[in-house]
Amino acid sequence: MQEPAQSTSTSRHVHSMSFLRYFLLALIVFGSTFGDVYLAKGMNQIGEISPSRWHDLLFAPLNPYVAFGIVLLMIFYLSYLASLSWADLSYIMPATTFGYVLTALLAHFMLGEHVPLTRWIGIIMITAGVGFITGGPSLTVIPTPEGVSPHLEAHP
Amino acid sequence: MRHLGIVATWLIIFLLVGLNSAGDMLTARAMRRVGDFAELRRKAGILGVARAVLTEPWFYLGLLAMGLSFFSLLAALSLIDLSVVIPASASLTFLLNLLGAKFFLKEHVSRRRWISGMLVLGGIVLLRT
Repeated sequence: MQEPAQSTSTSRHVHSMSFLRYFLLALIVFGSTFGDVYLAKGMNQIGEISPSRWHDLLFAPLNPYVAFGIVLLMIFYLSYLASLSWADLSYIMPATTFGYVLTALLAHFMLGEHVPLTRWIGIIMITAGVGFITGGPSLTVIPTPEGVSPHLEAHP
Repeated sequence: MRHLGIVATWLIIFLLVGLNSAGDMLTARAMRRVGDFAELRRKAGILGVARAVLTEPWFYLGLLAMGLSFFSLLAALSLIDLSVVIPASASLTFLLNLLGAKFFLKEHVSRRRWISGMLVLGGIVLLRT
């Protein structure tokens, strides 16, 4: 494995977002949030798995809630792959984190859970962070002798 | 929290975070090597995209790490409450990924991204309150 010798300080970002790309980011958020919620629901039904019965984990996907959670997580995974093909991990990460905001809001509005002021401040901070990063460039570009290549190791 | 010791709880969470972060970084590296899907699809069609992904060795390493982290998530969810597992693993994975993006993936993590990262991280911590 060869690493590119250029220092990252010489690299630049490119910014190219289209409707489809924002849509994929939205699928990442919804897929991971609802996927986790349904997994948790299913695992609560299955109950605690003791170390001596660890192989029960392998049958967990037979639970309908776990199965539905897995379908949602597969949607998340495919959108995640597509998004990482054109954007940096450090660009996509805050978007994936935005799901936790959604979970907190769901807990408040659907389950009637009490959300304290500190948690609302947390929600606002995450939202601001996500907005700030998605407004910036999405991909690191390394200048090469042939021009600029966004793919670090595409031509080994 | 259910009846699980503090040490066991954190061991499971650290395992989850390590596998999760490894999965993210390996997958990101794989996709950087594969290149932009949209461009690839124009040149080689949707099957060309699938072939490019499926012949990429880093993709399988990433998939393995993600698969293992998925089963450790199931184990964690059966032992620890969702409201503890998710924020704890999210904030630690986020931090590890940000460092990995800079040092392993050699991404240019600009000041804008660090500030956003700190905002998100602070937000996750507050969500736990």
